[in-house]
Order: sequence, then structure tokens, then C-alpha cells
Amino acid sequence: MSSPERPQRQRVVLAHRRGARMVRTRVELQEQTPVGDALVRGLVRAQLGLALRLAAVVLGVVGIVAAALPALSQASIGGLRLNWLVLGVLIYLLLLWAGRLYVRLAEQGERDFVRVVDGEP
Amino acid sequence: MSGSALTAAALIVAAVATMAIGAYGVRLSRTTSDFLVASRTVGPRWNAAAISGEYLSAASFLGVAGLIAKYGADALWYPVGFTAGYLGLLLFVAAPLRRSGAYTVPDFAEFRLGSVWLRKVAMLVVLVIFVFYLVPQYQGAGLALKTLLGVPAWIGPLAVGAIVVANVVAGGMRSITFVQAFQYWLKLTAIAVPALALLALFAQQGGELGGPLPPRLAEDTTVTVETDVVLDIPAPAGITVTGTLDGRAVRDAPVPAPGEHTVAAGSTLHLPAGAATPVVAGTPAAGSDWLASGNGLGGPHPRLQVLSIIIATFLGTMGLPHVLVRFYTNPDGRAARRTALAVIALLSLFYLFPTLLGVFARLYVPQLLITGTADAAVLLTPGAAFDGALGQALGALVAAGAIAAFLATSSGLLVSIAGALATDVLRGRVRDFRIAALIAGLLPIPLALSAANIELSRSVGLAFAVAASTLCPLLVLGVWWRGLTVPGAAAGLLVGTLSSASAVAVEIVGGIDERLLGGWPAVIVGYPAVLSVPLAFATMVLVSCCTRRTRPRDVAQIFARMHVPEGLGMGVERVPRD
Repeated sequence: MSSPERPQRQRVVLAHRRGARMVRTRVELQEQTPVGDALVRGLVRAQLGLALRLAAVVLGVVGIVAAALPALSQASIGGLRLNWLVLGVLIYLLLLWAGRLYVRLAEQGERDFVRVVDGEP
Repeated sequence: MSGSALTAAALIVAAVATMAIGAYGVRLSRTTSDFLVASRTVGPRWNAAAISGEYLSAASFLGVAGLIAKYGADALWYPVGFTAGYLGLLLFVAAPLRRSGAYTVPDFAEFRLGSVWLRKVAMLVVLVIFVFYLVPQYQGAGLALKTLLGVPAWIGPLAVGAIVVANVVAGGMRSITFVQAFQYWLKLTAIAVPALALLALFAQQGGELGGPLPPRLAEDTTVTVETDVVLDIPAPAGITVTGTLDGRAVRDAPVPAPGEHTVAAGSTLHLPAGAATPVVAGTPAAGSDWLASGNGLGGPHPRLQVLSIIIATFLGTMGLPHVLVRFYTNPDGRAARRTALAVIALLSLFYLFPTLLGVFARLYVPQLLITGTADAAVLLTPGAAFDGALGQALGALVAAGAIAAFLATSSGLLVSIAGALATDVLRGRVRDFRIAALIAGLLPIPLALSAANIELSRSVGLAFAVAASTLCPLLVLGVWWRGLTVPGAAAGLLVGTLSSASAVAVEIVGGIDERLLGGWPAVIVGYPAVLSVPLAFATMVLVSCCTRRTRPRDVAQIFARMHVPEGLGMGVERVPRD
């Protein structure tokens, strides 16, 4: 925005601007002003949406597995029946994957929330 | 040293180690907060090990393998559900529950809805779940000590009760955390080593699991039946019965024809080497049926059974007070999430081994399938498969793991109920906590001795059904739905408790005849979650919608406290009132 020839205009304030705004948004949050309430509602909606989406994925896979199990009973890999392999081992990997993904995304969501509250860009 | 002496020594070592670690924790326990929530200082690793240690009860350590040996592939849903419950807990409950700052489940109810009256209702529900969960633990202890050492069945509940009460009374949550974390690793070792040894043996010798015939006995065997049982005897050649067969008193009589026969309690069956093992009627006899999915767990309507097991176990974990209370010990919501994830990992690792043991139990101790006490499978398989010192040593190790399972779960349950009783009924001081622990630990002992025995995993599964129909809807709706009201929550708790607990009560008394109305009543009573969970959720939502005006006015503040991350100055830790 500023041309390279002219020195950039600087504004001098008493305290660091970010800190001042941070306190104000935090107060809005704590005193449940309409702004604070909207922020919290957004956070809750985001976290619930994330949890529901992941739960739907896991339940969908479990449903498909449950429906396919009688058919899987007929096949085997290396002497191990597929229905035992799926229910005894693979399904746990699915649970672990979903859990890890959730922890990562939920923490991400919370960091974003804190950034909004603290007024960082 | 003889086998049972070695086993007794292992049991005593496990019990003494438990007491010693508990005593170490006692030195750190001073304040009420130490006793209730370990002063909220337990990190994810310790807490995850402690939760897993407490959660892997006798039902997991003994019951899962027994069910797999008996029913085959469909029983695999139990461990899957027991683990998946923590995913549900992670997704929907863990962090907000911790951030609420509550210290027991009833305290959360009061925090969320601001009603002391609802708090008492929640306390009663916690008490119901506690009894349904603790009684099978005590019964399992009785069965284990009887199987291992031949002592009378009442010694087990008494011994476990005494040790647990002593630990909890002395040190509360602080000291129990160390004990339970230690017991997870003990249980993992105690089940993994024998399972891997059996796997090596199986790889060496081979064996037939999926054939068209039932498993065969390796040597002459005599089996005593301890409860009346209907047996499916596919190949009766050579099998003789002394006692009561099909209502007639007999002595060394051959079984007249293949098919189902009733054998009364106290009868003995003599089976020659190589005989095809009779199995309890309703369980898969042929190896090929046992390997296949879709046969259910005995009785009609296998699909509904499996669905109900999935609902109860996926959602039940979210309503287990002794698990929830451990999440209050984390320092913050983030640690609570990481704890739940670590628990999933620890449980996934653990459940590989009961599955293996269940498979090998069918191969090496098929006579268990006759008596129906398949819960002993884990205890007896190592000794049956290996001769001499190795078998004895593995058997002793498994016994130590089993006693750890009873101790860890019972102490966790006792801490949670003592916390609730001490703060809700008594005045919430350390002394009250101790009195509550003493009473709550001793009362279930007579119940355990008088109630009927059903398979451990199934009876614990029923406790899960009660939890899934009561505290689970309260927490999930409380955490995510602003519209929940006190009348709604109370009505849901009441309907959920009545529908699930009455089914459990009928099942404990003996269940419903499978021939009634095409078997539907029997399967609904035996596996109530499929009906009671939706009923409880629906009641809570409907009644809340009808009593819209009684919504707490500060609900926005409460939601902010539960969901806003720490560090923004929203959190408040609740402490018991004086």
C-alpha cells in the first residue's frame, strides 16, 4: 500500500495494541455479551459437527463390515479367516485412526478459536 | 513346588504388590481433592494406563476368551465394543466433561442443570450401575479362586472385597491411580505371554479348528456339571453319564441317541479320548459354524443380539461412573482427549490376546464347553496345553493377572461410588469418603453370593446397557444440547433405569423362555440396550421440549465453561461444599 520512497507511517500507542484487544474479547467471552455468546456457539457447533462426522464415518464402516461378515467368513488369507482378521485386528486400526484424527482436528479448532478471541490475524 | 502352591504364591504376590503400591500412594494423599480426583494432576500416560487397568475387568480378562471359545466369531463384537466405547467418549464427552470442573458424575448433573434434586437422582443411578458392575467382579473372583485353588466360592468375594476396601479407605484416588496403572501392565503381561506361547505351540503342532465336527478331547476326561444344562451331543459313542439324564436317574449309562439331552446338576459325564465334545445347546457345535459370523450368542435373533451389544458397548462406556471420574483427574481438557486416545491404543493391544486364548481354549480344553463355565478358559488353557513346570508357571501368571483384574476394577468402582456417596449423602470430608468406601465395598458381597451366575462378559454387558440408557444420554445431551431441562433429564434417567434395570433383574433371576412369542421377549430382556437406549434419549428430549420454560437461565455461561479451551479464564474447578 505504501510506496517504497516514503517511510511507512507509524502509530505510537501507550501499550501493545494486541494485548488491549485481547483483554476486551476475553471480557466479552466471560460476560456473555452477544459477541461472546456467538463465539461460543460457533465453537460448539464446529466441535459437534466434527465429532458427528467422524462418528458417522466409523459407524458407516462398522455397518458395512457387519453386513459383509457372513460373506467374509468364506474367504481366508494365510489360513486366517477374513471375518476374524477384520473383527479381531483391522477394526481396531480404524478406531485408532478416527481417534487420532479427531484429537488433531479438535485441537486445531480450539487453536483457531483462541486466535480469534485474542485478535490475531 | 506343586501347581496350586505356585498359583497361590502368584496370587499372593499380586495382592501384596497391589497393597504395597497402594501404600506408597497413601503417603501422597492428604486433602479431599486428593481422595476424590487426585488433585487433578494425572497426566495422559499415567491416566490412560490407570483407566485401562481399571476398565479391563474380569469380563475382559476372563469373560471375552470364554465367550469366544463358546460362541465363536460373533463374540468378537464384545471386545470391539469395549474399545469403541472410548472413541465415543473421546468424540462426545471427554474434554467438555473435564472442563466442567466437576468431581463426580452427580456433581456434573448439578453443574449443568443447577438442581440439587437432580444431583440426588443421578447419585441413585450411579449406585445402580455400581452394584450391577461390582457384583459380577466379586462373583468372578469366587469362580477364579475356586477353579484355581479349590477353595469355597465365598472366599473370593471376601478376599477381594477386603483388599480393595483397605486400599481405597487408606489412599483414595491418589493411591488407586498408581495401583491401576501397575495392574494394566501386569494384566497385559499375564495374558500376552501365555497367548504367545500357545500361538507358538499351535504353529508347531498344528490343529483343526474349522472342521465339520466339534473339537475332540485329547484324553479320557470326567466332567461334573454344576448347574442344570441342556447339551447338544452330536456323537454319543462311548460317552457315559452318572446322575440324572433327561429326568431319569442313571449310573454309567450310555447316551441313547445324538441330539439334545438334559443333564441335571451334580451329574458327571465320562468321555473317552477322541470323543467329540458335547456343547451347551444353542452354541455352535461344529468348528465350521463356530468360525463363521452371524450365529449370535445363543438363542434366537442373532442379528438383533449383535446390534444390541454394539449399542450397549459403544455408548455404555460414556456412562460408566468409574471411568468418567478418572477423566476428572486430568489437568485439562486437552489432556483428557489425549488420555482417551491412549486408552484406545492400550485396549486394542490388550484384546488381541484374549481372542487368541479363546481360540486355543476350544482346541486344548474343549471340556469347558460342556459345563457352560467357559469363564475358566483363560485360567485352564495354559496348564492343559503345556506339561510340567512351563504349564504351571504360565497358569500361575494368568492367575496373577486375573486377581489383578478383580482388584483394579473393584477399586475403581469403589472410589467412584465412595466419592459420590461421601459428597452427596455425607458431608464430603476425608472421613466421610472412608466411611462410604467401607460400606459400599462390603454391601455387594452378600449379593454376589446369592445372585445367579451368568457369563462374566454378558453380565458386565448388561451393566453397560444400564449405563448406556442412563448416564450416557444425560452427559451427551447435557454437553451438546442447550435445551436440556431438569424434568427432562430426570424423566430420561428414570425411564432408562427402569427399562434397562428391570430387564437385567429378570435376566439375573433366570431370563425368559426362548420359545415365548418367537423369542423376541427373550432377546429383548437378555440384550435390552436396543430398546432402552433410544427410549431414554427420546424421553429426555421430549420432556425437555415440553418443559422449555424451566431451562437454566445461565446456560450460555455453562456452555462457555464446558467448551472454551483453558487459558482464557473461563474454567472453575468445583470442590465439595462443607
